[in-house]
Amino acid sequence: MSLPDTEGFGEVPDPTPDADINRRHSRAPKPWLVTLASSLAAVGIALVIAGILLAITGKNPIDAYSKMLDAGLQKNKLLETMQRATPFMIAAVAVAIGFKMNLFNIGVEGQFLMGMFFAAIAGAYVHLPAPLHVTFCLLVAMTAGAAWAGIAAVLKVRRGVNEVIATIMLNMIALSVIDWMFNEKFRYEGPSLDVKTKPLPPTAWMPDIVKNRLGSFIIIALLVVLLFWLVVYKSRFGFRLRASGLNAVAARTAGISSNRMIIIAMLMSGAVAGLAGMPSLLGDTHAYGPTRPDGYGFQGIAVALLGRNSPLGIVVAALLFGFLDSVQGPLQLTGIPSSIVQVIKAIILLTVVIVNEVVGRRVAKRTADRTAAALAIPMVVAA
Amino acid sequence: MAPESPAAPSPSRLDTFRGLSKGTRAWLIAGTLFILLSLTRVLTDGGDLTSSHTAGTTLRVTIPILLAGLAGLWAERCGIVNIGIEGMMILGTWFGGWGAWKFGPWVGLILAIIAGSMGGLLHAFAVVRFNVNHIISGVAINLLAFGGMRYLSELVYTADVQGGGISQSPPQKSPIPRVNVPFLAGGEIFGWKSPDMLGWLEKHGWFLIGDLAGITRGLVHNVSWASIIALCLVPLTGWVLWRTRFGLRVRSSGEAPSAAESLGVKITPLRYYAMLISGGLAGFGGGFLAIVSSSYYRQGQTANRGFIGLATTIFGNWRPVGVLGGATLFGFAEALQLVGPSSLPKLFLFLAMVAALAAISSMVAHRLVSAASGLIAGFLFFLVYWEVNKVPEPLTKAAPYVLTLIVLATASQRLRPPAHAGLPYRSGEDH
Repeated sequence: MSLPDTEGFGEVPDPTPDADINRRHSRAPKPWLVTLASSLAAVGIALVIAGILLAITGKNPIDAYSKMLDAGLQKNKLLETMQRATPFMIAAVAVAIGFKMNLFNIGVEGQFLMGMFFAAIAGAYVHLPAPLHVTFCLLVAMTAGAAWAGIAAVLKVRRGVNEVIATIMLNMIALSVIDWMFNEKFRYEGPSLDVKTKPLPPTAWMPDIVKNRLGSFIIIALLVVLLFWLVVYKSRFGFRLRASGLNAVAARTAGISSNRMIIIAMLMSGAVAGLAGMPSLLGDTHAYGPTRPDGYGFQGIAVALLGRNSPLGIVVAALLFGFLDSVQGPLQLTGIPSSIVQVIKAIILLTVVIVNEVVGRRVAKRTADRTAAALAIPMVVAA
Repeated sequence: MAPESPAAPSPSRLDTFRGLSKGTRAWLIAGTLFILLSLTRVLTDGGDLTSSHTAGTTLRVTIPILLAGLAGLWAERCGIVNIGIEGMMILGTWFGGWGAWKFGPWVGLILAIIAGSMGGLLHAFAVVRFNVNHIISGVAINLLAFGGMRYLSELVYTADVQGGGISQSPPQKSPIPRVNVPFLAGGEIFGWKSPDMLGWLEKHGWFLIGDLAGITRGLVHNVSWASIIALCLVPLTGWVLWRTRFGLRVRSSGEAPSAAESLGVKITPLRYYAMLISGGLAGFGGGFLAIVSSSYYRQGQTANRGFIGLATTIFGNWRPVGVLGGATLFGFAEALQLVGPSSLPKLFLFLAMVAALAAISSMVAHRLVSAASGLIAGFLFFLVYWEVNKVPEPLTKAAPYVLTLIVLATASQRLRPPAHAGLPYRSGEDH
């Protein structure tokens, strides 16, 4: 399974700074600029396509977008944007860790549900002082997520099962296992009529930074992103991981076992994925119920791709997705079906990968042309 | 599983089925399984196991899985992994429900197929034209179909549409007609009611005959025309893919596209056609759910059947008959859960007997390891049968995925996926 050019096209070797060549071929733009421009273009194209869809169905797209901006730029909505971006950031980091090892962890969905469920039941039966209790819940969630991802890793390393298929199946199995355990064992018969697990004691709750608007989990999410940057991009281990992901065979000749890297990357990805349900569990619902959040895993894929697997990119892309989610309410009030937001997100996912492909191809061709030109000129001179 | 253990011919051992053709072998295995099933029914007094009602329900729940599996088969045979089957089915359910409400069931079904194939076209566009990663495109199509159909529901089924809402359509005008085969299941010929012979046989419940009558009657009694059409698609797929020039080219596109292209096969249009068919099959599956299994569209109606279909494609070894077998197996478990949850544990006695028989046949062939594992599995199945009197529904739902993972992990040597499925390919670049 080959993944799209996840490394980005940032590593375009700059050809010789020969004045002659530079005159003929305009100077190549900075790689990060290309990345930024193509991501922005992808979002722009997606908005245009969604606008056309809105127009076809008899809604005024300009009106819709201006309302989204108006509503979304208010202070409360900006806080909500950050709140809603929190799980996307975490899920996207989980996906990105996989991408860096050339693994497609499509099972973030199942992993975060497992993490959330086990944290909810383990946390409810434990009594600890506040900071320890929260830490305990987070550790349980990470362990559960990592264990669930670990099944796919072991299947891949030991039996050669494609991780995409394995994690899809594991997503479905996770849903069934959780439903079963919830129905049979952990449905809490409390005073309220809510169908939920036993509520977490207040020592496991995470406080809000701004009451009912922004939970404190965003700090943990940003820490996760920071750690992702440090571990994957700045550490020796991260270098080995990326090397193995780019070319497992070459890395193996340098003594990097790809099997080991697969296991580690998958466990890390699963552990991070396990955290994605925590903002909701520890900061809001304090119990697991069938009205659980869903879709973080799949939207995390979109966020990771839009952010080009880079820490900063993931934060920005997650904020964009959070922004889109936060304006659903105001949009509905003005008579535009709020589901258009889900449509926009899906189109962004498609346009991002398409634009990446097209731009990547362009850049590669340009590099090839420039290299050819650089090689050709001395030969012409020599002749 | 019994059908697999005696299959691989190996010269070093005594093969239980040596000298038999593949077809005979398959019939022999099917016959043995049937006898064991009948035996289970008699031993456990579990009339539900082989009743015509169960068989009919099995057929009804099998069809959408089968169509999703065939959708996966067509896509992967042309070299494209289709994770978007679920999304294409969602398109089918929505347009099926809408068409059946507005214009009638047949139009609804046709709209469902067209909507599904548009999903397939989009997937092909992303994957073939832009060489986008197949999985990502599939995920995008799933998200797009879910959001898009909800958007349409909010738009179309507003307050002034009676019976409709954000998450469901009004009921259809009329159902698709159903057939009763004359003489076998008491169908009518020009207003004259013929005798229901299979029903009579089933009622007496004799060993083997009663079971055969029950299962057959379920397949010929009160069957929707849509089911019949869907079932015909299995041999049709087999014929087109393995007996026609077009099919050979589709398969070559999934095995070695650059080799095929070097021989003049035009891969690009071929993949578009195959994805249109794949999407259309998924859309048909979705339409079936909205029009035949139910009488209206409901959000979440597909209930991950697209993913079961994907599992079925793998489980069925990328072959139409295998897909049919896998879909029937998964459908049977689901149907038993629907018909009588109490009869599901009885299936474990059946599985125990299958495992025991497999163990015996391995012992005859001097394969001691598989004989021992067969015995252990049989014992475990028997223990489950003895101890459990109700299988929780979520666990039956997980069965197809668990089975597929087990098959992938243990029998991957016998699986033969198309060699180039899921790999990036751009026309003219590989050679």
